[in-house]
Amino acid sequence: MTRKQRRLILIGSCLAVLGVAVALILGALKDSIVFFNSPTDVVEKHIKPGTRIRLGGLVQTGSFARQDLDARFDVTDGKTSIKVSYRGILPDLFREGQGVVTEGALDANGSFVADTVLAKHDETYMPKEVADALKKQGHWKDDYGKTPGSEGRKP
Amino acid sequence: MIAEIGHYALVLALGLAVIQAVVPVIGARLNDPTLMAVAEPVAIAQFGFVALSFAALTASYVSSDFSVANVVINSHSTMPLIYKFTSVWGNHEGSMLLWVLILTLFGALVALFSANLPAMLRADALGIQALIALAFHLFILVTSNPFARLQEPPFEGRDLNPVLQDFGLAVHPPFLYLGYVGFSVTFSFAVAALIEGRIDAAWARWVRPWALAAWMALTLGIAMGSYWAYYELGWGGWWFWDPVENASLMPWLAGTALLHSAVVMEKRNALKVWTILLAILAFSLSLIGTFLVRSGVLTSVHAFATDPTRGVFILGILVFFIGGALSLYAWRAPALKQGGLFAPISREGALVFNNLFLTTVCATIFVGTLYPLALEAITAEKISVGAPFFNATVGVLAIPLLFAVPFGPLLAWKRGDLLGAAQRLIAAFGISLVVIVAAFAFFGAKGVLAPAAIGLAVFIMIGALTDIAERTQVINQPSNAFRRAAGLPRGAWGTAVAHLGVGIALLGIVCESNFGSEHIASVKPSQTVALAGYDLTFEGAVPRQGPNYRELVAKFTIRRDGQIVGVMEPTKRSFAARAASTTEAALMARGVSQLYLSLGEPGTDGSIVVRAYYKPLVLLIWLGAIVMFAGGALSLSDRRLRVGAPKPSRSSILQSAK
Repeated sequence: MTRKQRRLILIGSCLAVLGVAVALILGALKDSIVFFNSPTDVVEKHIKPGTRIRLGGLVQTGSFARQDLDARFDVTDGKTSIKVSYRGILPDLFREGQGVVTEGALDANGSFVADTVLAKHDETYMPKEVADALKKQGHWKDDYGKTPGSEGRKP
Repeated sequence: MIAEIGHYALVLALGLAVIQAVVPVIGARLNDPTLMAVAEPVAIAQFGFVALSFAALTASYVSSDFSVANVVINSHSTMPLIYKFTSVWGNHEGSMLLWVLILTLFGALVALFSANLPAMLRADALGIQALIALAFHLFILVTSNPFARLQEPPFEGRDLNPVLQDFGLAVHPPFLYLGYVGFSVTFSFAVAALIEGRIDAAWARWVRPWALAAWMALTLGIAMGSYWAYYELGWGGWWFWDPVENASLMPWLAGTALLHSAVVMEKRNALKVWTILLAILAFSLSLIGTFLVRSGVLTSVHAFATDPTRGVFILGILVFFIGGALSLYAWRAPALKQGGLFAPISREGALVFNNLFLTTVCATIFVGTLYPLALEAITAEKISVGAPFFNATVGVLAIPLLFAVPFGPLLAWKRGDLLGAAQRLIAAFGISLVVIVAAFAFFGAKGVLAPAAIGLAVFIMIGALTDIAERTQVINQPSNAFRRAAGLPRGAWGTAVAHLGVGIALLGIVCESNFGSEHIASVKPSQTVALAGYDLTFEGAVPRQGPNYRELVAKFTIRRDGQIVGVMEPTKRSFAARAASTTEAALMARGVSQLYLSLGEPGTDGSIVVRAYYKPLVLLIWLGAIVMFAGGALSLSDRRLRVGAPKPSRSSILQSAK
């Protein structure tokens, strides 16, 4: 085998592996990314039941109810609110009036069935998407996440 | 006063970094030995001053000096002493100080252990090392001063984030940083080699121990972080494909590729240009990791609100070093001489295969981690790329890579015999086939993928042992095997042990994710939950007072076939100072499997929500990482890699004469 042939084999196999990787990435990006939506987005975009999304906002004060394992609460961005149901254990920092990000899909009645409720690691931090969604609806207060206690982080 | 000493020491370290970044490099250009020799004492002194600064911050924390803003925000007088130590780096400012402490430590170590290196290469490398330190000293002093005082000190601190009040904080960040920053040494030497425009096998022999040490620390750091997340978050998961986790995995993959390509360069003087690129990439990815975590640009379980000027500053550092190094590479790399021809089927070919797949996996993770950022910047659309993406891409790309692991060490240099290697692996094939069939017969309902993956793990493990068995001839001539085993180079043992670790970790991953069981229930006292052959009886919950928290302790008695095997006590802690609570899961090891209990909300009627998991072979995941670390340590102890190799230096002769 000449030097040239060897180089061709090397370059050819590199391109083949890269091609496979690109195909995998594109395929996976089409199927498995999840879009973030505020409650208003969900209504305005007419998101279909069964589509997997992330829904974020504030947990409406006074809306939280739990029976055994089933939790129900409303997620609001100040303009629209959506009923969310979740079965399982809520994160330690889940509170009424605080920011939350949930992942799941709408059911046929337009309420949201979450299989994941995302925790935050700090009591003063507001998830970035939720902060942006609130700003959009004009319900942002500057003291969210601005308190000095928000410095704690996991390195 | 102590805080001011710390601040001043850091400013002095900055001054020394300027000297070290300028004088030796000028010396190298003028070929002036006196100027070049400045690097060594200055590098050691720079480390000394940063260590003094770090000690000052630690002293402020341990004595709960609440006139220092950083201590107020992250400490509390009632916190146990160990957390007063660890909270030094449990915050942005302190953890950056730990970063530069380790950076300058590596600088000092390079200065100490490089006496027999070409003077120019040494001066340039130490200069680059100081340039990196300079950037980060500036970053701390300008944007993240940990020594800032308060006008009116409060009476009490605000406590450390409860999630961080754990032993994990004592070990995970230091090891992770040792890994991240350890790659700065290979980066500095790569850039120095590019400046000189000359590179040879000796360069690889010299750089490989540093890459190996960094890789070992990073392996342990990632494993510890994973175990910490596993028991602390109470979700029972050990890897979330979180951007911050990916940020640590990318340099690990690049570093693993670097270790393998440096072998080719050392032994066969080939792949030089590629190895230099990997050395640059490994540290670049470490810097990107630091940027992702420290700037808060990504949504992550680690990310917290942060000051935007810091993000911009780190981005500047990132662009300067990565951009600078890659431009230099593009300019100088074509001038480097290529050497060492090899056939596609050969040890070199196998290592190229390894590098190709490792870097492709790394690139895939890079795309998945940064795509949401890019998309949001361009279209303002917010997306999350999670586990399904990475499982569908990395999972597929890893299969050929893992399958090839046992073949590599069995192929000869230059021109190998694939059929011969396959024949030598016949025992490994046979055993893994039996395991696949047995696993399929046992768990048939789960499909063929999981048994096949178990078989792959067994193939890697037996394959790793095959190489050692052959070289010691333990089967043909067992009488002499022990002597031969002792005579084998430690590097060969290191390879086999590290590959064995890969197989062990893979076995744990496959079994945990396919055969685990999970049960969530709301239980009242004396109720029993059945899980994977165990009966978990809830005995009741009682409150308990801790040093700086109150906790609710739920007691569960665990029985198997009516016999009590133990008691598990998951708890829920509330921390008054931060009005926050954490869930402390209870773990019970059964062999290398685990029972895992974590608590939810207590009800008003004495009931409590509990999440119970049975995790088969889960401990193998982290045990595998420890075995990989041990493999690295064995390889590092190989004589060839010591300073002065191939000729033993005078000092090592003296040592062995003692």
